[in-house]
Amino acid sequence: MSAAAAGHEDEPGIAAGEAAAGTRAVAGARRAPMGDPIVELLLRLGDDRLILGHRLSEVTGHGPILEEDIATANMALDLIGQAASMLRLAGETEGKGRDEDALAYFRDAVQFRNCLLVEQPNGDFGQLMVRQFLFDAYSVLLLDELSRASHAGISAIAVKALKEAKYHLRHSSEWVVRLGDGTEESHARVQRALDALWRFTGELFVADEVDAAAAAKGAAVDLAGIQSRWNAMVDEVLTRATLTRPADAAMQRGGRSGRHTEHLGHLLATMQIVARSHPGATW
Amino acid sequence: MLTKDAALAVIGTVPDPEVPVISVVELGIVRDVRVDDTGAVAVTITPTYSGCPAMYEIEKDIRTALEAAGATSVSVQTVLSPAWTTDWIGPDAREKLRKYGIAPPGKAEQGGLITLTRARQPVTCPWCGSRDTELKSEFGSTACKAIHVCRACRQPFDEFKAL
Repeated sequence: MSAAAAGHEDEPGIAAGEAAAGTRAVAGARRAPMGDPIVELLLRLGDDRLILGHRLSEVTGHGPILEEDIATANMALDLIGQAASMLRLAGETEGKGRDEDALAYFRDAVQFRNCLLVEQPNGDFGQLMVRQFLFDAYSVLLLDELSRASHAGISAIAVKALKEAKYHLRHSSEWVVRLGDGTEESHARVQRALDALWRFTGELFVADEVDAAAAAKGAAVDLAGIQSRWNAMVDEVLTRATLTRPADAAMQRGGRSGRHTEHLGHLLATMQIVARSHPGATW
Repeated sequence: MLTKDAALAVIGTVPDPEVPVISVVELGIVRDVRVDDTGAVAVTITPTYSGCPAMYEIEKDIRTALEAAGATSVSVQTVLSPAWTTDWIGPDAREKLRKYGIAPPGKAEQGGLITLTRARQPVTCPWCGSRDTELKSEFGSTACKAIHVCRACRQPFDEFKAL
C-alpha cells in the first residue's frame, strides 16, 4: 500500500467527494415518505448498535492486550444482541415478514439509519475507545429515557440494554482518561481521534419528524435534554483526561436518513457477504 | 403426565452451560412454567445479557430434559421484561459460585445513571477470603463475568458481575 493510500485509510473523516454528495442530497431535499415512526426509531437504535458491534468485532483477536481483546468482543456481543432485539421488534412492527437477519443482511447502505459516528473506522486503539466513549455516553442517556417509554416493547429492550451500556461507558470513559492523561504519545493520539470524530457527534442530538412522531406513539425522547447531560458527562471525562474539547464547528450529518460516509459500504460488504452468497443457509 | 412442580424440578437439573455449577433455575432465568391438560409444558425464560450466546443451548437443554421426563410437548418462550438481575440468584447458588471460584455478585444498581468517578467496593477473593483485590477488567470469559486478581493469595478470579 502506498503511503498516500495508507494515510487516507487512517483518516477517520469523510472524503471531500462524500461531503459534496451530502450537500447535493440536502440540496435535492426530496425525501421518501416516512414509514411507521416506531419502525424508523427501532432501525436507528438497532443499526447504531449493529454497526458499532461489527466494528468492535473487527478487532477480535487483535486487541492490544488479552483483557482488551475480551472486553471489545464482549461489548460487540452485547451491542449485536441489543441490535437483534431492536431489529426483531422493528420487523414485527413493520409486519412485512422481515426478521432481524433480513434487516441486517439484506438492506443496502442507503437503507441503514445508524449515525455516522459508529461507522467510522477503528483506527488505533485510542480512536476506537474515543468513538466508543462518545457513543456510550449518548447511548446510556438515550436508553435511560427510553426505559421509561410507554411503548412496552421499546422500554423492555431499553431497560435491558441500559444495564449493559453502563458497563461499556464505565470501561470506555476509564480508557479515555488513562490514555488522555497517559504518555505524550497516547495523549496526542486520543486528542487527534477526538478532533477527528467530534464532527460526527452533532447528528446524535438533531430531533426530526421521526422523533416527533415516535413521541406521539409512546417513545418520547428529549434529545435537547440528552445533549446537555451528554455535554456535562463528556466535559467531566475530558477534563480528567486532560484533553481539549473540540469546537462545535461544521458538524456532519445524514446517517439517520441514509446518507452515509464511504466507510459504511465497505463494512456492509464484509458483514453481509456470507448471508448474501448463501441465502437461507443454516449451520 | 408431569405436574408443574415436577416440570420445575426437571428444569432445575439443567445446568447453566457457561457456569455449570448452578442450574438455570438458580440463575433466575426461568420465569414461568405451565403444564396444560394434555401434558404440554410451556416454559418462559429471559436472557442474562442481550447477546448471551448460551440462550439457544439453554432452550435446547430445557427441551431435552423435559421430553426425557415425559412431557408430551415443550415450548420455550423468551421474554425481556422484567429484565434479568443478579439479585434473583439465591443464597445457596451464591455459595456454590463462591466454592467454584467465582465471586458472587454484589447488589445490583437500582436504575439511575452511573457516576463515572464512583469508587468500587472491593470484591472478596473466593479462594482466600481477602478483600485486598484488584479489578483487572470489567469483561471476562463470559458476558456475565469480570476478571479480578487477589493481592493476598496472588490468584486471578472471576466475579459474577452485579447486573
